[in-house]
Amino acid sequence: MDAVKKELTRKSKASRQDQRGKLISLACVTLIMLVVLSILYMITSKGLATFFENKMSIVDFFTKQVWNPSAKPQALVGALPMIVGSFSVTVLSALLAAPFAIATAIFMVDIAGKRGRKILQPVIELLVGIPSVVYGFIGLTVVVPFTRTVFGGTGFGILSGTFVLFVMVLPTVTSMYVDSLKAVPQFYREASLALGATRWQTIYKVIIRASIPGLLTAIIFGMARAFGEALAVQMVIGNASILPSDLVSPASTLTSVLTTGIGNTVLGTLPNNALWSLALVLLLMSLVFNLLTRFIGKKGAF
Amino acid sequence: MLETKRKEKSILTFPADREIALETNNLQVYYGDNHAMQDASLQFPRYSITALIGASGSGKSTYLRSLNRMNDGIARVDGEIMYRGLDVNADEVDIYQMRRRIGMVFQRPNPFAKSIYNNISFPLREMGIKDKSKIDGIVESSLKQAALWDEVKDDLKRSALALSGGQQQRLCIARSLAMSPDILLMDEPASALDPISTHKLEMTLNDLKEQYTIIIVTHSMEQASRLSDYTAFMHMGKIVEFDTTENIFTNPAVKLTEDYVSGNFG
Amino acid sequence: MNAKRVDKIATAVIYLLVGIVILILVALLGFILITGLPHVTWSFLTSPASAFNAGGGIGDQLFNSFYLLFLTLLISFPISLGAGIYLAEYAKKNRVTEAIRITIEVLSSLPSVVVGLFGFLLFVVQFKLGFSIISGAIALTFFNLPLLTRNIENSLNGVSNLQREAGLSLGLSRWKTVTKVVVPAALPGIITGIILSAGRVFGEAAALIFTAGQSAPVLNYANWNPFSGDSPLNIFRPAETLAVHIWKINTEGIMPDASQVSAGASAVLIIAVLVFNLGARWAGNYVYRRITASK
Ligand SMILES: Nc1ncnc2c1ncn2[C@@H]1O[C@H](COP(=O)(O)OP(=O)(O)OP(=O)(O)O)[C@@H](O)[C@H]1O
Ligand SMILES: [Mg+2]
Repeated sequence: MDAVKKELTRKSKASRQDQRGKLISLACVTLIMLVVLSILYMITSKGLATFFENKMSIVDFFTKQVWNPSAKPQALVGALPMIVGSFSVTVLSALLAAPFAIATAIFMVDIAGKRGRKILQPVIELLVGIPSVVYGFIGLTVVVPFTRTVFGGTGFGILSGTFVLFVMVLPTVTSMYVDSLKAVPQFYREASLALGATRWQTIYKVIIRASIPGLLTAIIFGMARAFGEALAVQMVIGNASILPSDLVSPASTLTSVLTTGIGNTVLGTLPNNALWSLALVLLLMSLVFNLLTRFIGKKGAF
Repeated sequence: MLETKRKEKSILTFPADREIALETNNLQVYYGDNHAMQDASLQFPRYSITALIGASGSGKSTYLRSLNRMNDGIARVDGEIMYRGLDVNADEVDIYQMRRRIGMVFQRPNPFAKSIYNNISFPLREMGIKDKSKIDGIVESSLKQAALWDEVKDDLKRSALALSGGQQQRLCIARSLAMSPDILLMDEPASALDPISTHKLEMTLNDLKEQYTIIIVTHSMEQASRLSDYTAFMHMGKIVEFDTTENIFTNPAVKLTEDYVSGNFG
Repeated sequence: MNAKRVDKIATAVIYLLVGIVILILVALLGFILITGLPHVTWSFLTSPASAFNAGGGIGDQLFNSFYLLFLTLLISFPISLGAGIYLAEYAKKNRVTEAIRITIEVLSSLPSVVVGLFGFLLFVVQFKLGFSIISGAIALTFFNLPLLTRNIENSLNGVSNLQREAGLSLGLSRWKTVTKVVVPAALPGIITGIILSAGRVFGEAAALIFTAGQSAPVLNYANWNPFSGDSPLNIFRPAETLAVHIWKINTEGIMPDASQVSAGASAVLIIAVLVFNLGARWAGNYVYRRITASK
């Protein structure tokens, strides 16, 4: 009898295993936390160096139009052209993609039936996975010449960037919106149809309305992807850091200037720090997009 | 005669010379604010089958799951659960050792997504038994005890998930038996089974009584009366009556019990 | 206008928009495959790239892409598994856990350039690893961790609690229950997730141009000593991947057949993504059947 008691009160192998396991898994989480924190810290501190070490003006950074950080004697770090460029391609491509994505998602969930969805779903998934350089390559060989012939100019510019990003975010937005449409309970549809509403009335008044938060989340997600996209845009936008006067002349985005510039500047100098400031803007914007989706997700159901 | 039936509560206690395998004293279980089990004091004699009966939501599972601390992290448990002179909830008790001795079989069969053989051998190996022939022996004997051996002996490598529900449940029982526990807690083990499998299971339990102390939750009055030596009737988080099964079904002391076992409940 | 007419018009508009989308998709895939596939020959896939002349291949880049993918998964899978286990099995529902989830989500929403630049700063410059496969693999790991972690967490959450109770009631530790019971049961979902993430990693370029670098030094495929300079396995050499190669020759390439090489390489990338997607489904189903079926 007492032997059993002894065994019951002895710390078993299992209990040591459990402590070790918890520690291991906690270590993995902590590692990820550390990575995120150090990314935030390093980019922030590097990005702020332009203003605190090199004593450039933050106001000028956001409002001035000339980007020439290596100019002598007075360096110029006006990031407005890139900021305008980034926002233009992001907003325009989202605006362009939204109606197509909405229509496609509704088609897949509420019109096409099983077979249509079975064909479209894997194609959309495949497109979500296509590498951005491939989109960039197609942009360069198809979209830029197309823009040049149809809209004039060199073809490089915000319009081409918009088209490329449109195709890139379309599958992302569509597949996310498909998920939220699927989450709208079936009885919403049945109730509306039973009341004598036409299919479009049901879609417009009931289904889309019920899935507005999901739609917004999907679009913001697409915008975040567009805003952070680097190579595909950089390949078609023309990379001129001047404030674009129209949509078909060469322009630039935060990401395009970063990718072209970071290899050509010396670490620690102003021209390099200025680029990190651009990266910081990029980082902050992605946090903003993140907050927005979080905020919408809290409010809406589907 | 009628007056005695007006009792509110009647709990059998055992003489000091009767060996008690497990007992609870004033056990309380809370799910947040919900006081789901109140003042439960029961003794479970060794080598016997005790049935826990009561309406749905009366707290049978809550009580049973507290006994081997499956409610840890889900509910707060107060009071004593005495096993071999130790309180199961005491800090000094190693929860893993304790659970090996107080095994549990659940309502829904839950075999591992492994082969039949590995379902039994895996926990044994984790327990530290390395000897292949010894493991083989335990696999065979526990499957025999659970009356499953003849149906699966030719194909032990088959996935356990490919077995029928009744076979899966008997495999789960075999898996628990393989750990050679003292006490077997069973929460409606037959609820997912057809009559034939249920019958087999009951025969199995009847044999197991020779070596194990069994506490079984059941919704079936017939099962309780056929199978068990003692029966506890629970109602709304309280143990209303505990007695020999014969007394509970033929001469209950509390009116509520009588209503319940005769089907006049509610 | 009555409701019926509006319904007709709206339906027509939806069909039109969907038609355009399908047209774009077909044109896109068709363009890449039609212009690219004719270039995809055995010698294209195996011979090294050439900087100035026509006729270069993508052999080294292809190898680099796979090697980098392999290393990335090698590093990111165990970490994601641990983190996924923590979140699904150990984390309590409280503020700290919420903060952890938010942080992981932040990592997943960071643009890959930013992740690449961080990798450049920390590994290439600070740790003096230079443009190297290991720097690239770590950058890709950062980019892969949040997705894989979420996937593993979801797959673990999909496993019935009955399985956990079975393990715990036998006196197994939670850790053993998770690693030996729950994780195997979640394997179909986990494997699908890994392969899908492999597709993403395989095509990623922005995080690599400043970490793994943009040059493909001559490799000696007879030398498998990972510590020697021209060995393909050397993790300290720079390594241009297929995706980076496409970007590079389109922005500053001077070989006359840059466009053909890009088309061929793009076709290879697309097919790879296709294979990863199909493979993910197939492997998930296969493992699921292996676990549940009679053999
Ligand atoms: N995990 C839980 N969290 C919160 N409350 C619970 C939980 N499990 C059970 N309860 C509550 O405790 C009470 C008793 O439930 P319990 O499952 O023990 O009943 P039962 O007698 O086993 O019923 P049944 O016959 O339906 O299995 C119920 O009011 C139930 O709502
Ligand atoms: Mg119950």
